[in-house]
Amino acid sequence: MSKTALQFRHNGRDVAIFVDGGTNLLVALRELIGDMTPKFGCGQGGCGACSVLIDGELHLACLTLAETVAGRSIETLDGIKQGPNLHPLQRAFADNFAAQCGYCTPGMLMAAKALLDRNPQPSRAEVIEAISGNICRCTGYEPIINAVLAAASSRARA
Amino acid sequence: MPITVKTFGSAGEAASALSSDRAARYLGGGTLVMRALNEGDISISTIVRANDHALRRIDAAGPRVTIGAGVTFAKILAERDLAFLHAPARSIGGPAVRNMGTVGGNLFAPNPYGDFTVALLALDATVTVQGGFGARNVPIEEFLQSRDRQAGSLVISISCQKPTNSEAFRYRKITRIRPKGGSVITLAAYVPLSSGRLLDARLALGSMAPMPIRARAAERALEGRPLDASSISAAASAITEGTSPVDDALGSAWYRREIAGVHLRRLLSGQE
Amino acid sequence: MLELRKDIFADERDDNLKEIGKGTQRQDMLGHVTGTSTYFDDHKLQGMLHLKVVRSVHSHARLRRIETTEAEQSQGVRRIIRGADVPRNLNTLLSLINFGKDDEPSLAVDKVRYKGEPIVAVVADSPREASEAMAKVRIEYEPLPTVFDVEDALKPGAPVVNETYPKNTFTYYEKYDHQKLRFGDVERGLAQADHVLEQRYQMSPIEHAPTETNGSIAAPDTNGRYTVYTSTQALFFSVDTCAKILDVPSNTFHFIGGTVGGGFGGKVDTITEPLCILAAMLTGRPVRYVLGREEEMQYGPPRGAERIYITDGVMRDGRIVARKVRAYFDSGAYTRLSSYAAVKCAAHLPGPYTIPNVYGDVYCVFTNRTPATAMRGFGVTAMDFAIECQMDKLAHIVGMDPMEFRILNAYRDGDMKAHRREAKNTALIECVQVAAEKAKWPLRDEFKRASSRQGGGGARAVVPAATREAHAPTVAAAQQRTVYDRAPATAPSREPPPPPPPRPQAPSHGAARFSSVFGTRRR
Repeated sequence: MSKTALQFRHNGRDVAIFVDGGTNLLVALRELIGDMTPKFGCGQGGCGACSVLIDGELHLACLTLAETVAGRSIETLDGIKQGPNLHPLQRAFADNFAAQCGYCTPGMLMAAKALLDRNPQPSRAEVIEAISGNICRCTGYEPIINAVLAAASSRARA
Repeated sequence: MPITVKTFGSAGEAASALSSDRAARYLGGGTLVMRALNEGDISISTIVRANDHALRRIDAAGPRVTIGAGVTFAKILAERDLAFLHAPARSIGGPAVRNMGTVGGNLFAPNPYGDFTVALLALDATVTVQGGFGARNVPIEEFLQSRDRQAGSLVISISCQKPTNSEAFRYRKITRIRPKGGSVITLAAYVPLSSGRLLDARLALGSMAPMPIRARAAERALEGRPLDASSISAAASAITEGTSPVDDALGSAWYRREIAGVHLRRLLSGQE
Repeated sequence: MLELRKDIFADERDDNLKEIGKGTQRQDMLGHVTGTSTYFDDHKLQGMLHLKVVRSVHSHARLRRIETTEAEQSQGVRRIIRGADVPRNLNTLLSLINFGKDDEPSLAVDKVRYKGEPIVAVVADSPREASEAMAKVRIEYEPLPTVFDVEDALKPGAPVVNETYPKNTFTYYEKYDHQKLRFGDVERGLAQADHVLEQRYQMSPIEHAPTETNGSIAAPDTNGRYTVYTSTQALFFSVDTCAKILDVPSNTFHFIGGTVGGGFGGKVDTITEPLCILAAMLTGRPVRYVLGREEEMQYGPPRGAERIYITDGVMRDGRIVARKVRAYFDSGAYTRLSSYAAVKCAAHLPGPYTIPNVYGDVYCVFTNRTPATAMRGFGVTAMDFAIECQMDKLAHIVGMDPMEFRILNAYRDGDMKAHRREAKNTALIECVQVAAEKAKWPLRDEFKRASSRQGGGGARAVVPAATREAHAPTVAAAQQRTVYDRAPATAPSREPPPPPPPRPQAPSHGAARFSSVFGTRRR
């Protein structure tokens, strides 16, 4: 089977892999790069568990043809920690009990980061809209919304 | 059979590749083709792409707007001149889907998706299609009726007249989940008033048939009349004529028929 | 933050709570927010193969022929697994606690009993190659008549769904075709009642829709053992189920799980592990078997549907004097855990109320629907829904406040429950009082003063001397009733009730809100 060479930036590091035709970015990240933080939930664009940032923009890895990210910059939950320190969003999710089973959490955090990177002081309605493509089946939306707002206000204070 | 990806510099080359291979599908934003591959659809063995800037162009300065087929919903929301299309664009997916999904792909999205196309249908848009024999313009209604046979051609752009004012074009998507969910029904109405009377009113419905359709009987009920309680009532009672909704996980055919008139009434009378 | 009402029953406990009422961080939170919590699918093993199953396209059909030659030769295919390859191709989950007969194959052999039932497993190098091979499996079906309705399934001549249970009902104690509860004389109670209310309640199946779909990864290990990463919610249960189906000692397996991407009861059925391990055994390679989203939604086991008929007799003063329930739990094509759900249904009757005459029949019924499984209080939730809807309607009929109506009928310490256990530590009255207070719902003083610890026992603690089977009802002359359930109940009967009667004329009393309220005053 012929493979395609692919290079891109993954959480600030250059990576190079060979992908089979039709491989999606989720498989490329998880199986070829070993970044298990984006999750498979539906493969349909319905759940948001595989959300990643491509050049700062929120995308679904499972619906992204891997070779379309050549030369671009991918950011996943694996890359948002600052050394040993949690990102303010991670801290806020933990402090606000915004995770139960944890499976939607990586996607939620990336969707929240995409929001705060562009809009550091969002309204509650904007937070709800920002995570509207991410499904939490343990139904912890309220704590998640509160966590995003808490992260925004903690960054404003800092 | 492994999947082959073919990437071309121009839409024309991509269109040729598409028309010569029955197992080829054009990859726009990925929300349809990648989804099919993820679910194990083995009928697709070639993915065709085009890195043609023309596909991502928006020309919205004049009275007639042209939107490249590869324009995403996020790009539409970022374009002030396309304000009349912001409501339908915003009603689609979450932010990630809007960053990926394209106007061209939406023309092919099956129920309960394809909401943007409902808006374009009410605007009587023109679809520019590149086939094996060059480009041609197809009225959107005609395009949709032959949608299943369009797989071998490539949509280049969509164009339509801008509504004269913000009241002339209205859109509403009914979902069971807030703020986002699949369409139970989607309504779009082009209701321009000329000397206080409706002229060339167009109503389009999503999830009321296998593909978005015009509600001709309800349009006739509006034609030449003022937009008032009586004409709205007449349109609402005719709205289901010619529709063929189905039962699915989001709603029953019965429910869809029941609510179509209710929501048309609210849309036309400006109620929330 | 949680508010603790320590004033209620303060004398019954030491006030030494240290943890309840304040936030305590989850142990797995750091892993969750950093994405390092390891779910079953977060393992990339060298040379891992992918398993997919070919599923039945019919809800009920005989399998005439299964042809896999072409699929075996398909590119990338390592192994095709058929029913005959499964060491013990018949199991029932609760056989581990000696409850029920083996009734479900891992891969269907002679017959399929629901749409989506696995027939053949394909093990290939990639998911794509597995999908391509699946398309080459040829299955010849002979469609059989189907039954999707629990009451239709009990009619004489209904298609037999599952030959292990030819009457389409689960067999309890090797003898009974349903769960029974008898307390007092329900027919006499109904005959004496001022109002009789009969209602039908129907709940649909519900998919758990976990964000992580069901799945597992199995890999050969040294000493003939297998390491299994699994999404299961019931790890040890799953180990023993696999040991039984694969006919090996349970210490053959090293199961690793516990971090589950949403379960809600939908991950207790051990649906992927046996085939996944078997594929690893047959190929000597790590194998991954994960349900796709559509598979999860269509064929993953849901909460079972229930149909419940309730007939209640209530006095003008609000006392419920009789409650008669006939319930059907839709197990789908196989038992899984539904036999237990029906037991819970019966155990939950008549709700948290003291009623002197109670009668319950609960059936676990087989139909050609997707087998049902556990989901958050299964067997209880639907019954509670029906009972509490019924309570609101009864309150309305007798013109009582629904909260006060519940306090009036609530069980109290010392009461005898229909299951012949003394009610202890009851607190329904206090719960209702607090709920009313929180909702700013006015209660009259006598109901505010009511207590679970007063007024119980005594005459309410008596087990009726002669519990009789129901007989043909003797209807009081002035009492109008329309009966849903005309089946003679003197013996376990397979006669289903007739269809609900046509809706009555609008009743003349104040209960017009309820379309099938037929009670009228007796005196």
